[in-house]
Amino acid sequence: MHGNVDVTAQAAKTSETPSGPLLEVRDLTVEFATRRGVVTAVSQVNLTLAKGETLGIVGESGSGKSVTSYTVMRILDRAGRIAEGSITFSGMDVAHAPESAMRDLRGREMSMIFQNPRAALNPIRTVGRQIGDVQLQHVQADARNVKEKVIDILKQVRIARPEERYQAYPFELSGGMCQRIVIALALACRPQLMIADEPTTGLDVTTQKAVMDLVTELTRERGMSTLLITHDLGLAAAYCDTVMVMEKGKVVETAPAERIFRDPQHPYTRKLMRATPRPGITLRDLLPEEPAVSAAPAQNPPPQSEARAQAASAPATKVLLQVENLVKEYPRQGAPSAFLSGLLGKKAPPEERIFRAVDDISFAVLKGESVGLVGESGCGKSTTSTIVMRLIDPTAGRISFAGEDISAIPAKDFAHHPMRRRIQMVFQDPTESLNPRYTAERAIADPLLRMGGFSGGAKLRARVADLAEMVGLPQNLLERFPHQLSGGQKARVGIARAIALDPDLVILDEPTAALDVSVQAVVLNLLEDLKQRLGMSYLFVSHDLHVVGLLCDRVIVMRAGRIVEEGSSQQVLDAPKDAYTRELIAAIPHPPV
Amino acid sequence: MTLATADTHPRGLAATLAHARYVISDNPVTGIAFGMFLVLVVCALLGPFIVPYDPLASDTAAALQAPSATHWFGTDNLGRDIFSRVIVATRLDMAIAVFSVALVFAAGGIAGIASGFFGGWTDRIIGRISDTIMAFPLFVLAMGIVAALGNTVTNIVIATAIINFPLYVRVARSEAAIRRQAGFVQAARLTGNSEWRILLTTILPNIMPIMMVQMSLTMGYAILNAAGLSFIGLGVRPPTPEWGIMVAEGAAYIVSGEWWIALFPGLALMFAVFCFNLLGDGLRDIVDPQRRT
Repeated sequence: MHGNVDVTAQAAKTSETPSGPLLEVRDLTVEFATRRGVVTAVSQVNLTLAKGETLGIVGESGSGKSVTSYTVMRILDRAGRIAEGSITFSGMDVAHAPESAMRDLRGREMSMIFQNPRAALNPIRTVGRQIGDVQLQHVQADARNVKEKVIDILKQVRIARPEERYQAYPFELSGGMCQRIVIALALACRPQLMIADEPTTGLDVTTQKAVMDLVTELTRERGMSTLLITHDLGLAAAYCDTVMVMEKGKVVETAPAERIFRDPQHPYTRKLMRATPRPGITLRDLLPEEPAVSAAPAQNPPPQSEARAQAASAPATKVLLQVENLVKEYPRQGAPSAFLSGLLGKKAPPEERIFRAVDDISFAVLKGESVGLVGESGCGKSTTSTIVMRLIDPTAGRISFAGEDISAIPAKDFAHHPMRRRIQMVFQDPTESLNPRYTAERAIADPLLRMGGFSGGAKLRARVADLAEMVGLPQNLLERFPHQLSGGQKARVGIARAIALDPDLVILDEPTAALDVSVQAVVLNLLEDLKQRLGMSYLFVSHDLHVVGLLCDRVIVMRAGRIVEEGSSQQVLDAPKDAYTRELIAAIPHPPV
Repeated sequence: MTLATADTHPRGLAATLAHARYVISDNPVTGIAFGMFLVLVVCALLGPFIVPYDPLASDTAAALQAPSATHWFGTDNLGRDIFSRVIVATRLDMAIAVFSVALVFAAGGIAGIASGFFGGWTDRIIGRISDTIMAFPLFVLAMGIVAALGNTVTNIVIATAIINFPLYVRVARSEAAIRRQAGFVQAARLTGNSEWRILLTTILPNIMPIMMVQMSLTMGYAILNAAGLSFIGLGVRPPTPEWGIMVAEGAAYIVSGEWWIALFPGLALMFAVFCFNLLGDGLRDIVDPQRRT
């Protein structure tokens, strides 16, 4: 073990001379043994990472970007193996190194930031101890000075009040704070290579910006190399020197970040770039240039700009949904942390015992209009939509839908109310929102059977087939179970289910958050087409201002339970009045145009 | 439901069979368990017709004979053929196990799901009931129930179901609680399903895989429990062939060297319990849709 330490340490030293790249991967092919035989996850990948360089690997799900990074760290699961190729990390052959040498390398020379910061932290150990563990493990500290060193690192990742936070458990910290801790863990032993696997997925844009700024700053300070794995071209462009685009296990293009956006060579790169929502475009621009096989064979939907103009010119006649002074209060949760801080002698002020998730908001949705409800996590947008959906009861306020006060009907009785069929929803996670034991056909048929007056038979099957066609779901997929469908197909099933009863209002709860950008582009267009055809109203809940801007006529920006800004999408996106909206827009990473 | 079964059924059945074949070839132990299960089922169904001797007919001339070609498992103190008695007993033991497991699945499973799904008072009441049952030594509780209700096979079934109740409640409760706020449950609410309908048509099918495992494991436990009660003289009464009674009857003779009287029914018990324990894992693989590709 000690011998290995010396070897790697020496290898690390020799690489400090600018002679060779820090990491070099040649013709890497990784295979997985599965039930259906051997699957090649990554084939013939080449990459070179110089010292101090940041390389972005961009690709959609299944492109092999994560497998590549796992292979570099040799943390593939048992079914996977390196079939071919070499990986050289500061002069050391990673592909054939003994496990003991790798164990020493991981954490000390190369480290990783994972996607979900909460899952990456041990929930029952204080964060200070977790960082300390890594330091002790790699002999960077001893029992006497470990606390000092940990606090030092916490300061470096810009954690306020590090002495206090040393004692904190992961659940007491916010998502962004947890990600900083994970970064602190990754940096604890001053590694030369940091692999960040989707480090900001699931974080709010402003948090994403703070985390990414921190990562770039730290890597620059320390001369570290970074491998950033992401599905977001904009993010890669904003923070990387070089960008490598992967598709189906193969590298399709590698180029400096500015060039890949100015002059993308490969059609796949172009397709990805088109599909990335950005300012100044319309929904149609997201789809590939080629005369695309339209998602839904819509009967000549009017071009979007026209539709917008119509909506604007005819100052909509009818208010569909009117929300007035809506309030939702929760008793403060977090009993454990309150208990702990109680023990530490800090008592929460009494007004903090009640938490206002939604704080006196009012807005309206007109017939045929789509309204975006935007904000970061915890701003109350989901609570608002769930109340409008009548799945939970408001504390106070009035919701009238098509002239009827629906807030008076208790949530638990609403399932039987005739109004139920007029308000439907498309859920955030298409996988989670489909019953794993229902086929696609059964899932779409469910609302028809319950509320549509159908009772099985040919009529029902015809209606389901009709709906499937509307959302562009091939008929032969109808008898499949959710796990046999792709993300985009599952999203279509979810949409078909929501529109099955011809609702007046559909609430879209981040319907594309779990999808790849190219799928997102298709789904957003599908939603727009369906709206035109069926004359529904949308309440689009999202954290992504660009996406909302593309689909919605009007945008409402929420923060801490209140509405901070409201206006037409164009107005809010181009000339935001509120400082918070400006901050939100500025935080979205833009590809250099 | 009719829709799914109406036109996709033949293909679904073929797929299930193909999947079962895959699971068995993937894990031969499962295949063995199914083989053992088949043996038990055949014995239970056809037992009285395939045995060479009447299990109740005593032949004092041939008492206490060691295993031989004529009496494979030997004979007991009354000269009854032990092989015939062991085979015929399968039906009774299996019936007790099957009925008690079905009963406890219906009662405990539904109570557990309701408890996890509705929470609140439902959860508290059902939780306290199962805590109360858990507070007793379970076998002693079963003895008490049978002694109080009367010495019948029905009461053994009821007692076995009652002592397994908390196990089912806990498993079902935690599984239902996980799914209570899942997207597809919310979606079911939006499509106009009532809470009870969601519980029965959405939650229940989704926790069936884990319940199947639980059922298979408790089958073994139920057989042991029934045999245990008979062993101490509760429930089934002699001369009815039953593994527990037979072990009890043979126990006295082990000292004097007639080991076969207790050994063979004991082995039969072991075979059955072992079979159901192995079966649990295999069943889960078959009913779990995630493993189908």
